[in-house]
Amino acid sequence: MIINHPLLGPRDAQEFVYLGDARLIGRPDGMDEGAAQAFHDHVFLRDNPAGEHRELWFHEQGDRSWLVVTRNTVTHEITKVELARDVARALGRSK
Amino acid sequence: MPEHSLKPLTPLGHESPETVTLGPVTIAEVVDIALASLAVRAGRGGDVATAARKAGIALPPPGHAAAGDPWSAFWMGPEMWMITAPCSTHEDIVAALKPIFGDAASLTEQTDAWARFRVTGRDLPRLFERLCGADLDRASGGQAIRTTIEHLGAFLLVREDGAIDVLSARSSAASLHHAIIAAAKSVF
Repeated sequence: MIINHPLLGPRDAQEFVYLGDARLIGRPDGMDEGAAQAFHDHVFLRDNPAGEHRELWFHEQGDRSWLVVTRNTVTHEITKVELARDVARALGRSK
Repeated sequence: MPEHSLKPLTPLGHESPETVTLGPVTIAEVVDIALASLAVRAGRGGDVATAARKAGIALPPPGHAAAGDPWSAFWMGPEMWMITAPCSTHEDIVAALKPIFGDAASLTEQTDAWARFRVTGRDLPRLFERLCGADLDRASGGQAIRTTIEHLGAFLLVREDGAIDVLSARSSAASLHHAIIAAAKSVF
């Protein structure tokens, strides 16, 4: 499998490690009302789609950047690769 | 000040750098280059770029290296570079860089963390294709490629003269050296 790194171009998937669902970026606010339930869902609940899935990959043997990869779990076709930093900032996160 | 009479050793553990020639390829330990990593602090990218320009330090784009005198640099990751300079004049490299970048960047001394081997000769892509997944046939000079050699993280710096500098952890210098030699023996 080849991941088309937004900065470095096509790289072998062996250079990367997989973390999981990209929704992990949306960490709940621990001070909110209902934070316990929100954290329960954040930590334990995952969809397991047969089809398009947005997931976090870490370029460990490369530039150490986190990526959000949109991959079809049935065909392994990768349709989009973004820097996780850009995704988080688009969601209003500054850190 | 205490009186020191400590003997510096090269990454391979000898008193002087080792050079091995196998067929058309020469693998030489390089020990005269000081290293410091530079990481941009949050939101200070503009300040770092301005400071670097003023000091004559070229900060190259992703996947590239820029050679200069005395400062050279190669890209390590988003908003992160390794700055290098000759050991003879810049042994205390962080002290020299700190006044340039102030609090806009975090600087870390790296000189003794890395081993550096300069591989020269013809057909180097034939050698490195046995060691790593880097596409050196398309590298014309000025690239800095981070990859894996024998499970060790390594940088390949493709120099303008065609030589390739391999940087990896000093603690596994002998393993890396062995891997390059073994590959060279099998190719040439």
